[in-house]
Amino acid sequence: MGYFSVENLSISFGGLKAVDGISFSVEKNEIFSIIGPNGSGKTTIFNLISGIYKPDSGAVMMEGENMVGKTPDHVALKGIARTFQNIELFKNATVMDNLMLGRHMHMNTGLFGGAFMFGKRSKAAKEEVKHREEVEKIIDFLELQSVRDSFVGSLAYGKRKLVEVGRALALEPKVMLLDEPSAGMNTEEKDDLNIWIKDIREDYNMTILLIEHDMNMIMGISDRVFAMQQGQKITLGTPQEVQKHPEVIKAYLGEEEIG
Amino acid sequence: MINMKRAYYEDIELFKSGTIVFWTIVFLAVLVTFPLYMSNYYLYLFSLMMVYVIVSVGLNILVGSTGQISLGHAGFFAIGAYGTVILMTSLSLPFFVAIIAAAFIAAFFGFVLGLPALRLEGPYLTIATLAFGLAIMHIIGHTEFFGGRQGLVAPALDIGVPQLGWSYVLDSMISKYYLVLIFTIIMVLVAINILKTKAGRAFVAIRDSDIAAEVIGINLTMYKTLAFATSAFFAGVGGGLFAFVLGFFDPFTFNLILSVIFIVMIVVGGLGSVMGSISGAILITYLMYDLFKNVDEVPVVGALLVAFSQQFMTITGMDNFNYIAVGLVMIGIMLFEPLGLFGGWIRLKKYWKTWPF
Ligand SMILES: Nc1ncnc2c1ncn2[C@@H]1O[C@H](COP(=O)(O)OP(=O)(O)OP(=O)(O)O)[C@@H](O)[C@H]1O
Ligand SMILES: [Mg+2]
Repeated sequence: MGYFSVENLSISFGGLKAVDGISFSVEKNEIFSIIGPNGSGKTTIFNLISGIYKPDSGAVMMEGENMVGKTPDHVALKGIARTFQNIELFKNATVMDNLMLGRHMHMNTGLFGGAFMFGKRSKAAKEEVKHREEVEKIIDFLELQSVRDSFVGSLAYGKRKLVEVGRALALEPKVMLLDEPSAGMNTEEKDDLNIWIKDIREDYNMTILLIEHDMNMIMGISDRVFAMQQGQKITLGTPQEVQKHPEVIKAYLGEEEIG
Repeated sequence: MINMKRAYYEDIELFKSGTIVFWTIVFLAVLVTFPLYMSNYYLYLFSLMMVYVIVSVGLNILVGSTGQISLGHAGFFAIGAYGTVILMTSLSLPFFVAIIAAAFIAAFFGFVLGLPALRLEGPYLTIATLAFGLAIMHIIGHTEFFGGRQGLVAPALDIGVPQLGWSYVLDSMISKYYLVLIFTIIMVLVAINILKTKAGRAFVAIRDSDIAAEVIGINLTMYKTLAFATSAFFAGVGGGLFAFVLGFFDPFTFNLILSVIFIVMIVVGGLGSVMGSISGAILITYLMYDLFKNVDEVPVVGALLVAFSQQFMTITGMDNFNYIAVGLVMIGIMLFEPLGLFGGWIRLKKYWKTWPF
């Protein structure tokens, strides 16, 4: 059993087995990618890991502890953060507030402490400033300075994706689940993202699970790739191995993403 | 560098700039010197406005920030009013203890009402709050202990601790006005701070995306009920002051219409904004209580309106016109400025900044 693993994970919706007996194990500090055609169950695996869905059977093990049965906020507390394929930001809040929200579980100020934030020396004010400093580091890292005070709803799609990565990073998680982070980005943004994901692994000592359709990106940054189809595993291996696998080629036949 | 980092505390300071300090001082000076040149009636009206400011600022924390609609806030308001008076008369608690205790009782009821919020969404939750408001009104109306249908008379407003021989009775309208003013300033500042810190951000997060809120570690159960409790606390404080501004109240003071009016205040003022709540509460209170007080004095159409009212509506009073005015304002806001008065103000400011281009 590795650092993080899913074991025999299954869930069905109606008669459809969306995830069917999936197991894999991820090493600490690894970039582990999941690929598969549309509707093969990739996002559903993330939803099972983060506690949004409860599996019919199986386990999600994080440092020896089973995550199954925990609510999403408790999974977050255990150090698992994620982004969403279709972007789930707080769109009526600024980029800054979205990132500060990422600090939520690291803050101690309660309702009363916050209510009486009078003066620079109040505990609440000190804490706000402290977490602002953490958030500013992320803003610098992802080069979000120019949109710091913009409302998320007004940003371009690619920027929003990036803000979501920033928010996940603000949680200071141990494992990050990124669901198609490059979707909707232009080539330049994709190149930057590529570098950032590698940097996140190095600088933040992160373990990353990545769902992607962009094969160039997959080939470039993954340590290992897990390929699946209709809820089931096809193969697991290095990017080169998986790319050459006949069933992977067949599954992707007709899809232009394959490189 | 254009995007230089700032001293972060400046961003959360109450008074961010000299201009804000200046206008705050001017505004406070006006409020403080107000009684020197105003009649008792206007002191009463202003006290009432401030009471409603407290309630709507609190209601906006629930409705504007978390997106949960309550049509039962008249119930919390009633708990504040009855609670404060009864704790003072039955348990001889000092005023300040009584009003805080009553507000906490309201908050407890808010917490309990917040529990169904975890399962009910949208209109179903709103119906539950509506039922709560009506239930409170009827329970009070049928219980002798609460004065029944006759209502209650507020005792002398002693802000000292009479048991310790220190008594200080506020009996003039001026002194009550100042008391309400102090409470209002404190409650408004508290609301601003709440919205700027952890809990307030969590409330907004729940409104925008509860799924994302959860995966960043926000406990939905806790924050949904906390929003209800906080909001009810504000209504409770408002109710406690209301009891003494009016001096007398009965269960029907706290009817469904009042709950609706509270919602109108924040919608007209601007959902999710403290300044919006304040301006909405002031405008609607004015429309409700003062606009058609002397309807026959309205130039040209005054006599006509009176005749119309007597013919088609009611022979007593001009209340109908007040409701009609509120309705018209509400429709106007929805049509022309869905973000409310505060949204309009922001637009105006932008316009002047770029004027004349
Ligand atoms: N809540 C749900 N209710 C019913 N069916 C669902 C639900 N969530 C997912 N599914 C189904 O499960 C299957 C897998 O969906 P999933 O979103 O995991 O695919 P995916 O691999 O992420 O696809 P894509 O590449 O298009 O994002 C699909 O057939 C989908 O319709
Ligand atoms: Mg998906």
